[in-house]
Amino acid sequence: MSATIFIHEFRARLRSVIIWSVSLIGLVIFFFSLFPTFADQAAMLTEAMANFPPALLEAFGMNNTDLSTLLGYFSFLLVFVELCLAIQAGNYGFGLVSIEETELTADFLLSKPVSRVQLITGKLLAALCSLLVTDLVVYVSTFISIGLFNGGRAYDMTTLVLLLVSLLILQLFFLGVGLVISLMVKRVRSVTPYSLALGFGMYVLAAFSGMLGDVKLEYITPFKQLDPAYIVENVAYNTPLLLLNVSVTLIAIGASYWLYIRRDIHEVS
Amino acid sequence: MSIIEVSNLTKYYGKSRGIVDVSFKEEEGEIFGFIGPNGAGKSTTIRLLLSLIHPTSGSAKVFGKDVTTHGPEIRRDIGYLPSEVFYYEGMKVIDLLKYSASFYGKDCTERLHELSEYMELELNRRISDLSYGNKKKVGIVQGLLHSPKLLLLDEPTSGLDPLMQRKFFDLIRKENARGVTIFFSSHILGEVQRLCTRVGIIREGRIVEISDIRSLQKNNYKKVSVTVEGQKPAAINLPGVTNVQAENGTQSFFFKGDINALLQKIGGLQVADVTIEEPTLEEIFMHYYE
Repeated sequence: MSATIFIHEFRARLRSVIIWSVSLIGLVIFFFSLFPTFADQAAMLTEAMANFPPALLEAFGMNNTDLSTLLGYFSFLLVFVELCLAIQAGNYGFGLVSIEETELTADFLLSKPVSRVQLITGKLLAALCSLLVTDLVVYVSTFISIGLFNGGRAYDMTTLVLLLVSLLILQLFFLGVGLVISLMVKRVRSVTPYSLALGFGMYVLAAFSGMLGDVKLEYITPFKQLDPAYIVENVAYNTPLLLLNVSVTLIAIGASYWLYIRRDIHEVS
Repeated sequence: MSIIEVSNLTKYYGKSRGIVDVSFKEEEGEIFGFIGPNGAGKSTTIRLLLSLIHPTSGSAKVFGKDVTTHGPEIRRDIGYLPSEVFYYEGMKVIDLLKYSASFYGKDCTERLHELSEYMELELNRRISDLSYGNKKKVGIVQGLLHSPKLLLLDEPTSGLDPLMQRKFFDLIRKENARGVTIFFSSHILGEVQRLCTRVGIIREGRIVEISDIRSLQKNNYKKVSVTVEGQKPAAINLPGVTNVQAENGTQSFFFKGDINALLQKIGGLQVADVTIEEPTLEEIFMHYYE
């Protein structure tokens, strides 16, 4: 019975997936199209960067970034991609089950012969697939852009793959956390404010954590847990922070099951 | 085996009362009316039976299985029509009904078309374009298309025009004749009176009376009205006479007690007209709420 829900949910989200995908293709290709200019004028760029206040560079995660290399440039543009993906995943997480209550269709769905576990599993898998599709689109447009604009410069494939995979891990975090928050608050009236707040909130935390230096905010924000600059520098994830990130995601999803099974679906009034 | 068996079922929403210590049984093939004003706990009871909400204490069994542990299995044979219907606005009626049918793992196509035709439902329209009454029709078809053994109807007639209400009642009777058990919640007593064999009356979360309709009417007040010609009506003074109203030589009142004593009293008068009626469910009902 999960299959029925899966298909319905996946279809319902298809339009959103297409819109996000098209926007991300545009974003990736546009940013990459500027890369040759950056790469060709590396000296001038370094000089220009030196004139920026360090705090600003820190906020954009650019203090250790060499924009004249492909991976350096990519990790810079990745911040914007991550922000989009985080908001998309947050949308799906916050809306996953709350949408049935805001659109008042919970009575219909929950009076069907499916268990809550089957229901939330079907929904989660559908959302996961939607996110995977979007990620694949980003992966493909990244490789196409590299083919178009890199001009044969050398880069490390392992790092690139690590960066790309981190996008999926990041999305799972926002999906899980969004879902569990939606089940802890009394009612989610509109999904977008929540996912924007969570996405930008986490991003700002990551930016401040860079500016304030000593404050350990990177522990809670996935933008730092999966910091592209760190990955480029070390050709590896920051293992403790990655584990923390994955644990939070898993706990959030586990807690969501627990909460949803026990949830009272109140009468429409 | 009882189709529905509710024992000491209690539900609190935080501190506010849903239902308290509700117990009743419904046997196979019955049409059970569940009456009470808004907020008495009718919907709460139905939602507990569907495990949309979880009981605070007590238990409920449907088809002999506990609702908290066998929810999905039980719901396979339940048709539910809520008082307010809401469906996925972007979907077409036919797609929604197919989605609904797909949960039951059997082919419902024939029944789907049969019911839609009977309820005059247009299948190719979008849910968002439907009037409230038409959405209600979607609800009816959706609730019946998998041929359930138990129908839970929560104030089902709201939003249906009188013609459709009649069609709906005919449909319910037909289902009942095929052996379907029906649990009918309503605050409109007339429709309960027309349809149901047995009723439960709920008030402020508690059951105040469970009885079959006939004995409920029998063991209750009689409505008496006596017209005496040409003279001022003499007051009929008997124990059990209440609600006396006099108008133009006609005296009407409620009577509960020995009917022979009443007839003797009336026999002594020069009567032009007399009626002794059973009260309507409405009047009985009001009595419980005084």
